[in-house]
Amino acid sequence: MRKLSVFIGALLAVHVALLFVRPSGSSPAPAAAGLDIGVVFDLGGRGDKSFNDGAYIGAQRAARELGARVRYVEPGEGSDREAGLRLLAAEGMKLVIGVGFIFTDDLSALAREYPDVAFAGVDFAVTIGADGKPVAPPGNLAALKFREEQGSFLVGAIAALVGGSRKVGFVGGMDSPLIHKFEAGYRAGVKEVCPDCEVLVQYAGVTPEAFRNPGRGKELALSQYQQGVNVIYHASGSTGLGVFEAARTMNRYAIGVDADQYREAPGRVLTSMVKRVDNAVYDAILRVKENRFTGGIYNFGLAEDGVGYVYDEHNRALIPDAVRARVEALKAEIVAGRIAVPSSR
Amino acid sequence: MNTRTRVLLEESVLPPLVALVVALVAGDLLIMAYGQAPGVVWRALLEGTWGNSYGFGQVLYKATTLACTGLAVAVGLRAGLFNIGAEGQLAAGGFGAGLVGLMLPAGTPALIAVPLCVLAALAAGGAVGSVPGILRARFGAHEVIVTIMLNFIVLALLNYFVSAKLHVPETLHTPEIHAGAVARLSGTFDAFHGSAANWTIVIVLLAAAFVWGFLFRTRAGYELRAVGLQSDAAEYAGIRAGRVWFSAMAMSGALAGLGGINFVLGYKNYYEDGFTGGAGFLGIAVALIGRNNPVGVLLAALFFATLSQGGLAINAMVPKQMVEVLQGIVILAVATAVPEVRRLLRSAMSRRKAAP
Amino acid sequence: MNGAAPAIRLTAIDKYFGAVHANRSASLVVQEREIHALVGENGAGKSTLMKILSGMTPADGGTVEVGGREVTGWTTAEAIAAGVGMVHQHFMLVPTLTVAENVVLGREPVSAGTFDRARAERDVERLCEQSGLAVPAGRLVADLSVGEAQRVEILKLLYRGARVLLLDEPTAVLSPPEVAELWKVLRRLRDGGATIVLITHKLDEVMAVSEHVTVMRMGETVANMATSDTSPEKIAKAMVGRDVDLAVRQGGGAAKLAGTPGAVALDVRHLVVRGARIEKAVDDVSFSIAPGEILGIAGVEGNGQTELLEAIAGIRGVTSGTITLGGADITHRGVHNRGEAGLSHIPEDRHRRGLILDYTLAENLILGQQHHYTNNGILDRHAIIDHARRRIVEYDIRPTDPSLPARALSGGNQQKIVIARELSRAFTVLLAAQPTRGVDVGAIEFIHAELRKAREEGKAVLLVSAELKEVLTLSDRIAVMYGGRFVAMFPRSDASEEVIGPFMTGAARGQVA
Repeated sequence: MRKLSVFIGALLAVHVALLFVRPSGSSPAPAAAGLDIGVVFDLGGRGDKSFNDGAYIGAQRAARELGARVRYVEPGEGSDREAGLRLLAAEGMKLVIGVGFIFTDDLSALAREYPDVAFAGVDFAVTIGADGKPVAPPGNLAALKFREEQGSFLVGAIAALVGGSRKVGFVGGMDSPLIHKFEAGYRAGVKEVCPDCEVLVQYAGVTPEAFRNPGRGKELALSQYQQGVNVIYHASGSTGLGVFEAARTMNRYAIGVDADQYREAPGRVLTSMVKRVDNAVYDAILRVKENRFTGGIYNFGLAEDGVGYVYDEHNRALIPDAVRARVEALKAEIVAGRIAVPSSR
Repeated sequence: MNTRTRVLLEESVLPPLVALVVALVAGDLLIMAYGQAPGVVWRALLEGTWGNSYGFGQVLYKATTLACTGLAVAVGLRAGLFNIGAEGQLAAGGFGAGLVGLMLPAGTPALIAVPLCVLAALAAGGAVGSVPGILRARFGAHEVIVTIMLNFIVLALLNYFVSAKLHVPETLHTPEIHAGAVARLSGTFDAFHGSAANWTIVIVLLAAAFVWGFLFRTRAGYELRAVGLQSDAAEYAGIRAGRVWFSAMAMSGALAGLGGINFVLGYKNYYEDGFTGGAGFLGIAVALIGRNNPVGVLLAALFFATLSQGGLAINAMVPKQMVEVLQGIVILAVATAVPEVRRLLRSAMSRRKAAP
Repeated sequence: MNGAAPAIRLTAIDKYFGAVHANRSASLVVQEREIHALVGENGAGKSTLMKILSGMTPADGGTVEVGGREVTGWTTAEAIAAGVGMVHQHFMLVPTLTVAENVVLGREPVSAGTFDRARAERDVERLCEQSGLAVPAGRLVADLSVGEAQRVEILKLLYRGARVLLLDEPTAVLSPPEVAELWKVLRRLRDGGATIVLITHKLDEVMAVSEHVTVMRMGETVANMATSDTSPEKIAKAMVGRDVDLAVRQGGGAAKLAGTPGAVALDVRHLVVRGARIEKAVDDVSFSIAPGEILGIAGVEGNGQTELLEAIAGIRGVTSGTITLGGADITHRGVHNRGEAGLSHIPEDRHRRGLILDYTLAENLILGQQHHYTNNGILDRHAIIDHARRRIVEYDIRPTDPSLPARALSGGNQQKIVIARELSRAFTVLLAAQPTRGVDVGAIEFIHAELRKAREEGKAVLLVSAELKEVLTLSDRIAVMYGGRFVAMFPRSDASEEVIGPFMTGAARGQVA
């Protein structure tokens, strides 16, 4: 027992000594002045190389170009979302952004409680009132919404045109209405250019965990490739990393989502359906800086450059000019309102 | 020093202390690895939790759920069963409470609605928990496997019900319940303003007292512990292990289910898919560190809740993974340092080997 | 002093296990080339002292010297390297490996980087010849008898070059011929230069094989004498601290009390019971016991006695046959029901079945009786503590604190808890399996008196014991069990070790009435 007490004493001494260590460059506590922005990520977390990272890029760009000071919070479980927003609002942030539709209720409640703070919700789910019309969020809350079905429509067309096997694949994350939107648009895009093509659809799971399960993603993708699919579009957060892995091993193609995911599997990423979360976030911060922030619903579609597909020096070789022309034509039709893309299945 | 205090020191006080200082030093090193000053970060962690009433309220809220799953796992372990299924049982309990709350007409007096919803949570969690109990008693199916698998089944089923039948469009949750809401603590104590802490905590304290009395003051508790400690001796004493396993698992599940009301009745007033957020799994650590004792479980729940809420408070300085690593270190340190936990794990292993 | 350093010298050893002071300034001196008996009651601290000597646990105080060199606080690896090795009561063998593989385990002969099995077997066979320990080197350990397994344990030590052998109650698991064989081996090893410490509490063994004897009581060394200068009575007195009547009391009054004529307390007919490994561990056994009668079952362990008693107690299922208790068929009743019908059971393995080691004394004293100490499902703590206090006094259980866990008690006192519990309940038939196993001389005397008292009160007792003497001392009738069957049945007056011995080994077969 004496030994144990000595052990405890020694460790305590080490601990107390370490308490006084101040590594150079350790960040000072943030001061409540200037353009202070708070960002609370979705459960998928930073580093998903997709959706959350999009918000991060937008905020970092704002930090660089607009001089914003950004604080990030990564929640661990359900009640942390509200706690994170609340911590940031209470610290006097100018704008607090919740990244993900799951923040909808918490944002609405906090926007009422802190009328002087601006709030923005990426993918904010707008309530539909009894009259069938969307209910406007509080005046200090901006709902940043994306027309993912439009972008998905275009990559669906690309998948069907380039794939050439009459079978295309889709891997979703959590089986939920939001992801159904991607699936519906994608399916419509495929059918638009190839009415008798088959779309294989699978979801990684039924809980938010399904957005962070690369192993499952790889498994699903491998099975689809083995069934003769040449191109898979994923809308599954970091689960999609497994889809890219499968594409690499099988030498087939995958389509990324939310951000340009070309680097995940160079040469195997046909394109990515980009959701310009970065633009939306940057835009919201810019409005705050320029004192023209107002609440309301902001829709980011093809017309607003809120969604799109990647066509650049990396994947130009993978997409024939004819395909490119066809897709651009479809895009124009959608922007002009001549094609209506469904947003649910 | 007389021998009794000596034993108490050696067996009960020193090991958790060792675990704590090991975790502290490990935390120091982790913090420095992120280029931050340990003193500053620890201080922020404490200020964000026990240092202000909002943070403390959040700690209480999180501890409430963890106490339930911790008690659930502890009751199982006392009977010699490893309940890994608290996550699913917790979700089922929350769903049961939410469903009854939705079905009750608006305006049902709380005095009727709350007990009904609580009963529903207990029943739903207990039903899920009793499945591995029955399979174990009747067919000798290993409860660890069964509870793990049931987690998938239950969570998938609940997700189906919510996303296919009950959800509010573009969300993962049901509509708000009409009756059965449990009031927030902030309604009575202004200082807790904004925090999710609610009166469920009182229900859970009562549950902990009940579990303590059951385990140590009733014949059924005596028999349950006997089966858990030495099933051969229990068999010799005419105790039917199968029956004990069944009732222990049902009780374990009901306790986990009870945790569901904290979120569903006390916080959001609706069932949200995925609200459990790993609290069921963390319950295993809570039970082990609380040494399967209801009082210990409450303290351990507070500890883990503090880490979790504190992790949020220091998120600007260190990523939340640091807090997760720290949790793991605490669990490992306790598992090695606490003799009772070692013995318990060992006896669970040898029982497994001896079983036909 | 004869000049040369003694092989072993332990001085002023102190050791605590939690609340238990296991060694109190204990000492032991063993000369080279002698067989030294270390005796004492259970819990006297013999095993602890040997564990300290063999490096398994450090002493809290005192010094350990081996061959004149101070080695206090050494490890088992260092002890083995210095030639000190211990044979434990519970064998530490790998059943799925052969004898040779077990012996060389940890020091396997290697050729070209792989295990050289042929050489291992050759080495082990040579070692067998040199030591006189005959074991087939190529056989699987799982297929060995207990006596053979013990020889493998000794071979393991010899293979590692042990010169000092510590044997912890080596005869507990052996039949009489195997014991005789073991003595031969030990003498031969001693003649070859080995020093042997034999832990035992059987005084005839001390007299038979040792040259010196050290007696321990309550953690202290109380006597050290040359065996030739002492007597069993003197040793027993030193062990217990008072005079003990060692004379084998005959089943006095057996004739007059051998049951009420015609009455049957327990009746067993054509019982067949499945064992863990074999189909018929108990093979068509029939007998009955009258109130006021002790039926003893003699036999080498593992011949179906365990299965027979477990089947009667309700712990083990019955393949066929019937068990009748006081006229009621209990063949298919549960344990609880049988207890209520009047069956009491002292189980063979108190650590596994008879006690819950982490339960307190008070909790253990109601095990199986818990429903009698309950009001509406709530434990009646006053009644439980009261019961415990009275049993502790009545059965002289020590320490006397009812809130101590059973784990903290010595083996003898643990057994007293079981005896106290089983004899203080209401019962008509008592199953007593190895009631004095691992129990000291004083407690044996006490337990025997209790069993006799039960008989005199008109209880029927079924006694199973590996100690032939015990069976002969207590029983009114003696059945011999071999290969799952009753191969002979004697009234006490016709039975003796010589008569029964051959039946125990299967050499003779008789007709059972």
